[in-house]
Amino acid sequence: MTAQPTLEIRNLSVKFPGRHGTVTALDDVSLTIQPGEILGVVGESGAGKSMTGLAVLRLLEPPGHISGGEVLLNGHRIDNLPEHEMEKIRGREIGAIFQDPLTSLNPLFSVGRQLVETIRLHSPMSKAAARLRAVELLAEVGIPAPAERVDHFPHQFSGGMRQRVVIALALAARPKLVIADEPTTALDVSIQAQITALLRRLCKDNGTAVMLVTHDMGVIAETADRVAVMYAGRLVEIGPVADVVARPSHPYTRGLMGSIPTLGARVPRLQQIDGAMPRLDAIPPGCAFNPRCPLVHDRCRSERPNLRAAASGLAACWLAAASEEKAA
Amino acid sequence: MIVFLVKRLANAALVMLAVALMAFLIFRFVGDPVQLMVNEQTTQAEKDALREGLGLNDPVAVQFLRFVGNAVQGDFGVSYRNQQEVMSLIAERLPATIELVLLATIISLVVGVPLGVITAIHRGTWYSEGLQFLSIIGVSLPSFVIGILLILVFSVMLNVSPAFGRGEVVSIGWWTTGLLTPSGRAALILPSVALSLYQITLVMRLVRAEMMEVLRSDFIKFARARGVPRWRVYYVHALRNCLMPVVTMTAMNIGSLIAFALITETVFQWPGMGMLFIQAVTFVDIPVMAAYLCIVSFIFVALNTLVDITYALIDPRLRTARG
Repeated sequence: MTAQPTLEIRNLSVKFPGRHGTVTALDDVSLTIQPGEILGVVGESGAGKSMTGLAVLRLLEPPGHISGGEVLLNGHRIDNLPEHEMEKIRGREIGAIFQDPLTSLNPLFSVGRQLVETIRLHSPMSKAAARLRAVELLAEVGIPAPAERVDHFPHQFSGGMRQRVVIALALAARPKLVIADEPTTALDVSIQAQITALLRRLCKDNGTAVMLVTHDMGVIAETADRVAVMYAGRLVEIGPVADVVARPSHPYTRGLMGSIPTLGARVPRLQQIDGAMPRLDAIPPGCAFNPRCPLVHDRCRSERPNLRAAASGLAACWLAAASEEKAA
Repeated sequence: MIVFLVKRLANAALVMLAVALMAFLIFRFVGDPVQLMVNEQTTQAEKDALREGLGLNDPVAVQFLRFVGNAVQGDFGVSYRNQQEVMSLIAERLPATIELVLLATIISLVVGVPLGVITAIHRGTWYSEGLQFLSIIGVSLPSFVIGILLILVFSVMLNVSPAFGRGEVVSIGWWTTGLLTPSGRAALILPSVALSLYQITLVMRLVRAEMMEVLRSDFIKFARARGVPRWRVYYVHALRNCLMPVVTMTAMNIGSLIAFALITETVFQWPGMGMLFIQAVTFVDIPVMAAYLCIVSFIFVALNTLVDITYALIDPRLRTARG
């Protein structure tokens, strides 16, 4: 872990000023991703998973903005770069894949034209050369008959095929980091596995770091190396995937794990976490999870826990270290 | 694509037939054409001969078919007022109106589309809001007021542009054009600006609304995420997705501009179809009115058909979906 991380996020906060006061969408989030590593980011809707990705890409919808902290790509700060510098980083250094492949492609341009556009933006070459490269990329992401398909329009592809095209576009310039925001959520289950496997293979082959944002713990368990769990805009637990799955330290993570159905094991009823995540403008004092936590005690209601060493890695829970001691 | 084309053309023909029926009914049943054509001294025998000669004693269906047959060949009969072929009257006036309308359309697109894009991208800034406010004025001012104001400022006060007429024209075959002479071009400017002002605001507001819609879509975010520069996202990716309604509206409006240019034509004494129609109404010149109806409808239908075909060219999804 001494190598230069591809992505390092330090104490990142994102705020949305609104009519009814400012909402803190991301609160003091810190994490790193090493080259070739896949970091899964999980959490409920609105927990700040996608927000983290968009903040790194600097594509937050105004009035949302980074209000504190730093984002470093290969050791260089990118959170304060002017927009035209950022345009050179997007696509070239950081690739992005969004949730819905059906709407990620411009319906009026052939996939070839969109690929050629992206390729030529990042490495100057003739249209003919870029077209050959586009066909190569399509073949790489497993699209049959790529030489013919390159001239087809997005609507002529199925959902899974379109997401392959999106991956080809995201990886066209061989970025060092890929932010994949729910890349498989809109797809059939059978296609999901193919797409995650494809993403994993391509990134491992190229040594690309991946931030895989999803709410599907199954996808994380299969694909990721490490996992970060988010809740109400904060990071609550981060650690190697096997440890977090096997020995979750935060009660919220435990709840998430309990809600995954497992084949074979006869469980009468899936566990669920009672209640709902608080609205971002009404986060309770102390630990944000305290109203839903089965193990809540007084300190959780008044003092906010920071990330600290736990059985699984780091966890933001007053009980995490204690339970560690008990286990030991 | 061919099936699509044939379908659209058949559709268009059907609509034209319906319009022809209406024009025919006006022609046949608004007053007795014979009464309208003769004077008090005409004898009954002469009237009967005229009636027979015009084929008015044939069954209605036969008369309608004859009317359609003639109309297809461009024969709408003779004007009651000056005993001229209606078609040659219209052919004389059509170029003036078409030049006026086309120039107004071009102005409205060239000015309106960029304004729409700019106000959509920079919404909230003072100049964007200012343009929005001006566009409300543009939409609400009636075109004759604009015309009179333009004449007042540019012709009367500044004296830089003629106040009425078409200037010198050059004939190319049956087409007369004002574009080739300095006075013709000068005369064209004020009326086409007056006519385009309303269109500019419409195009601008439409493009603005569409742009704001499209800019929210995922493929725009994805285009930015793969490093497409901002101006390219706006003008290549977003704008093209806005064009469909703009094309529709522009083409539809060319039809209405031709039909309703008559206000502007009256203000500027522009010798176009609108003026012809106004005169025809004053004199109950039914053949001219029927022909005007048919020709304006034909232009409408032709434009509609063209719009559908252009859709297929802009949007690849329509090419296969309905082929």
